[in-house]
Amino acid sequence: MVHQAALPYRVIIVAVLLALSLICIIPLLAVVSISLTDEGEIVRSGYHLIPVKFDLAAYRYVLGSPDQILRSYLVTITVTILGTILSVLIMGLLAFALSRKDFYYRKHLTIFVFFTMLFNGGLIPWYILIARYLHGKDHLWVLILPYLVSPWYVLILRTFFWQMVSSELIESGKIDGATDLRIFLRIIAPIAKPALATIALFVAFMYWNDWWLGMLFIETPRLMPLQYMLQRIMSSIQFLTTQLTTNAVSIDLSKLPNESARMAMCVLAAGPMLFVFPFFQRYFVKGLTVGAIKG
Amino acid sequence: MGKGQTIVTGEAYTGLEDAFEKRPGLWSPSGKRRGLLYNLKSNRSLLFLAMPGLLVILVFSYLPLPGLLIAFKDFRYDVGFWGSPWAGLRNFKFLIMQDAWRIIRNTVGYNLIFIALTMVTAVIIALMLYELSHKLLLKYLQTAFFLPYFLSWVVVGFTLFAFLNGQYGIVNNLLKASGLSPEQWYYQSKFWPIILPLVYLWKNIGYYSVIFYAALLSIEPDYYEAAAIDGASKLQMTRRISLPLLMPIISILVLLQVGRIFNADFGLFYNVPRDIGILYPVTDVIDTYVYRSLRAVGNISMASAAGLLQSVVGLLTVSLSNYAVRLRNPDNALY
Repeated sequence: MVHQAALPYRVIIVAVLLALSLICIIPLLAVVSISLTDEGEIVRSGYHLIPVKFDLAAYRYVLGSPDQILRSYLVTITVTILGTILSVLIMGLLAFALSRKDFYYRKHLTIFVFFTMLFNGGLIPWYILIARYLHGKDHLWVLILPYLVSPWYVLILRTFFWQMVSSELIESGKIDGATDLRIFLRIIAPIAKPALATIALFVAFMYWNDWWLGMLFIETPRLMPLQYMLQRIMSSIQFLTTQLTTNAVSIDLSKLPNESARMAMCVLAAGPMLFVFPFFQRYFVKGLTVGAIKG
Repeated sequence: MGKGQTIVTGEAYTGLEDAFEKRPGLWSPSGKRRGLLYNLKSNRSLLFLAMPGLLVILVFSYLPLPGLLIAFKDFRYDVGFWGSPWAGLRNFKFLIMQDAWRIIRNTVGYNLIFIALTMVTAVIIALMLYELSHKLLLKYLQTAFFLPYFLSWVVVGFTLFAFLNGQYGIVNNLLKASGLSPEQWYYQSKFWPIILPLVYLWKNIGYYSVIFYAALLSIEPDYYEAAAIDGASKLQMTRRISLPLLMPIISILVLLQVGRIFNADFGLFYNVPRDIGILYPVTDVIDTYVYRSLRAVGNISMASAAGLLQSVVGLLTVSLSNYAVRLRNPDNALY
């Protein structure tokens, strides 16, 4: 950084950015804090940023009957791991093939892949195809397959391969008698680690946070992914409490860890990914730099 | 990059094709024209590599395409596609109804605000990040900004609820504590045209600012050096060097979003306003409207018509925009 702005400007910049970063973090802290607050206190004085009265009751309640939660955790973890590995592999190979100058069908297939970014059949045909013709309902694979290939990430990976992979590299591999697959796995993949790691993280998050596929195609609790289960429990708690309030049934709401339980569920649903993500953060800039920019 | 080569079709390295003696040209050395079989055979290795990805795209993106015709049918679930009678343009009647104007206005309006707000803010933040050199600070800032991106809309919806909740919300507590009167945020529609873009910005700022920041990093420092020698101010350097060089990536992102201008982020509009009916005039978009009609009435026909509309309008918009951009500067065009 040869030419930095003068010190006073830099101080202002740092101050502004720090303030903005706090705006990003504080809401999450609030959720964690509410989840740790005694329910009675919440009913009395509402939510606060710092727990007024610390209590683990919400977590005890939520984890007390853990079967469904553990089940959903298992489903989501499985889907995320399987989905991410498969997706990165498949997209990586596709992007690699598309990046090769000696691939005759390069142009045709590029158009084939990227046209889908601009135009698609819409929700209904897609839903009917999966639910009816592919018999996807209540099947673990329905949570994985639809998201396997994302043209945007393929584009990023392809640009990455263009810029980082020289033809001499591939040539030397071929001279040694390696197949294209081997060249990819042994030679290219190690070089492409930043980009692949970045894409892997984004894909993992896509799978972890998905509730759309769950909502559309899963009905048995056995296969419910985490976010969808979260949403259902939330809406049923909301439904219950609204009914109780409007029907003037006198239940001591402070005994039912309603509000804090909801926040506890949020923490449980979002927590793991938030932990994982900072570890991958170092790959981001490198992976996105080369990947998303033209020549 | 060569002139006139767009993002999608442009190719990065040149002059090295000759290194590949196996390059399948159209004519064999003996003068015979090479056919499909030859091409398939000599490229089979790469085709195999690409096959899984192509298959997934074929199944999930191309197979549904004929389903667009459902928009012109009176679809009955029990008899399926072939058994359902044709309905002409009847399914598109909803367009003329009162609701249609409202949801289209909401969808397109919000998308435009989202695009403008997010792009501008992200570029500004990226430029600011670029001025910093302290490694740890940069890491912290990027991590912090990115955190909201990795939450699902379900979680975001409830986080906002923790703040704006009429009874318990943090915002109302703060208002009460400072003597101001609390508001029923979820029951007055006037707040939401501001709340929704801010929430969208909150969630996406990390993603876009890091992309732009990465783009800034890839600019040769020599440009700035030369400008400094010529006595340029920071502002001039930003205007003359940083921004123009960021244009291609800004342009791709904007074009892609424009292509989805008729599609709303369902997660946002469904989870954040908590599906509260009073707010529908300002929070209902095409996707939520269609979803509700599907859930409640099972109105597949209208849903398909809406889907067709979204795709066609999106394609038209992005094609026109891309054409316009390409006229101005091909480097910025998507295709």
